[in-house]
Amino acid sequence: MKISREEVVRVAELAYLDLSETELETYRKQVDEILEYIGKLNELDTTSVEPMAQVLTDDQTADATLREDVEVPCHGAAELLKQAPDPEPPYFRVPKVIER
Amino acid sequence: MTNWTIDGVKEAIAAKKISARELAAEHYSRIAARNPELNAFLVLSEERAYAQADRIDALVAIGKPLPPLAGVPIAIKDVLSTRGTTTTCGSKILEHYVPPYDATAVERLEAAGAVLLGKTNCDEFAMGSSNENSAYGPVLNPEATDRIPGGSSGGSAAAVAAGLAVAALGTDTGGSIRQPGAMCGVPAMMGSYGRVSRYGLIAFASSLDRIGPFANNARDVAAVLRTIAGRDANDSTSTTAPVPDYVSEIGKSVAGLRIGIPKEYFGEGMDPEVRKKIEAGIEVLKKLGCKMIDIQMPHTDYAIAVYYIIATAEASSNLARYDGVRYGLRVNDDSLLAMYRKTRGAGFGAEVKRRIVLGTFVLSAGYYDAYYLKGQKVRALIARDFRDAFSKVDAIVTPTSPVPAFKLGERTNDPLQMYLADIYTVTGSLAGIPGISVPCGRIYGKLPVGLQIFGPAFGESRVLQLAHAFEQAGGATV
Repeated sequence: MKISREEVVRVAELAYLDLSETELETYRKQVDEILEYIGKLNELDTTSVEPMAQVLTDDQTADATLREDVEVPCHGAAELLKQAPDPEPPYFRVPKVIER
Repeated sequence: MTNWTIDGVKEAIAAKKISARELAAEHYSRIAARNPELNAFLVLSEERAYAQADRIDALVAIGKPLPPLAGVPIAIKDVLSTRGTTTTCGSKILEHYVPPYDATAVERLEAAGAVLLGKTNCDEFAMGSSNENSAYGPVLNPEATDRIPGGSSGGSAAAVAAGLAVAALGTDTGGSIRQPGAMCGVPAMMGSYGRVSRYGLIAFASSLDRIGPFANNARDVAAVLRTIAGRDANDSTSTTAPVPDYVSEIGKSVAGLRIGIPKEYFGEGMDPEVRKKIEAGIEVLKKLGCKMIDIQMPHTDYAIAVYYIIATAEASSNLARYDGVRYGLRVNDDSLLAMYRKTRGAGFGAEVKRRIVLGTFVLSAGYYDAYYLKGQKVRALIARDFRDAFSKVDAIVTPTSPVPAFKLGERTNDPLQMYLADIYTVTGSLAGIPGISVPCGRIYGKLPVGLQIFGPAFGESRVLQLAHAFEQAGGATV
């Protein structure tokens, strides 16, 4: 077994994801099967391989595309706030974060 | 009822045989007739479409030159932001989300004269290979309505195949443009990573996501790609590499080109009828003067495993933004953290939750090296396979999918089986290279088969030339 029920519970906590009892067990089994399949990567010796985190080389992105660090106004703020479930312009309102 | 092409639209509008408004209306009436069954469109943007059509007709009336896609009715996958039109990503969590801005690709299409008909259905957050993961119901394959259209851009593929749009945009993370293109029988392409700006594309896996076209022929694919490609200051991963005129270069001869045929793409799990059609397709390329070269890509078999580490890891991070605070669904609770948990638990569908669990796990302390880092290393080996191959050949030809469109519900209970449908497409996604799927005959009487052509990074012109030559030589009906 590659992933236990406790590990799924922990991962769901990390991801702030409510899962029902049924979901927990279903995903545990399915993710376990996928991890089992992923295990085939261990057939390959990768000790001297550099990990590939990004497709583009630096000259194609960072150096070539950095802009001047200048302030630009954001005109969409009011429109964006309208999308919020509980807006109080210019703020987003959320449930209490800190208990008194 | 035949499908329009971009050239056909251009001629008809210029010759005043039809107005842009009439053409939009014709497509809306096709949609009204077929969409209740196919479920390809989630929402229509008629007001915006007719306003644009009227602008085109006004240009025609005063004899002004017309932009390259003037009046062309286009559909947009619902993961691309459209100002004023809901953009749901096929998810309940964004059911009522109306973006205040357009994705750059959308903006560029409209600036080129295209008429945006509406938004197309897709797997939730583009996660799926059959379109059955949409919160708004599956799309049916117009070529065989008991079957899936492929995914995740199933709505875009079905819309073009059924003649409900002349072209469409989709997105491809592991095959989500090419695979539905193959299954619905229309050309479908992803350009190189960095070729098209992703500003306004709602992110799934940022090192993989790409935007690209569906159309009725390779020339139309080229015309749409040319329009959306190129540097955009709003996306730092869009490159400054110049954009060739893919349309004017498309007719170049392909005689003498070296085509790599990797044996790893013809292994077990492949439908024998698919194999026959791909072999017939290869014969067509030989007759065009291409030289077939057997090549080896030894890490192909590891691509699905790598993909489901990297894509889910990136997704678990990208999808952290759906927290019930700034947009989308909120399920209330007295505490902030409980509000997050309930909102995400209620708003996401099963496949998205499964991938968040897997992606969070492979990134978590104690497992990062064994899974995520290992995945990145094998990704490098897969990319190296392609680099080595392209030192010997000009392009690589493979099947797009090992199987034709399967029946609805056939694979929904077995995620791993579903993932394996992407076995021939994820490799190119991981390597960042361009790829197209072109129709290559039909099997079992009606089911389309797709032939995939890969080129080296930024080799889109060559890929399109091969696709066009293949099509002109009758490749679609082998």
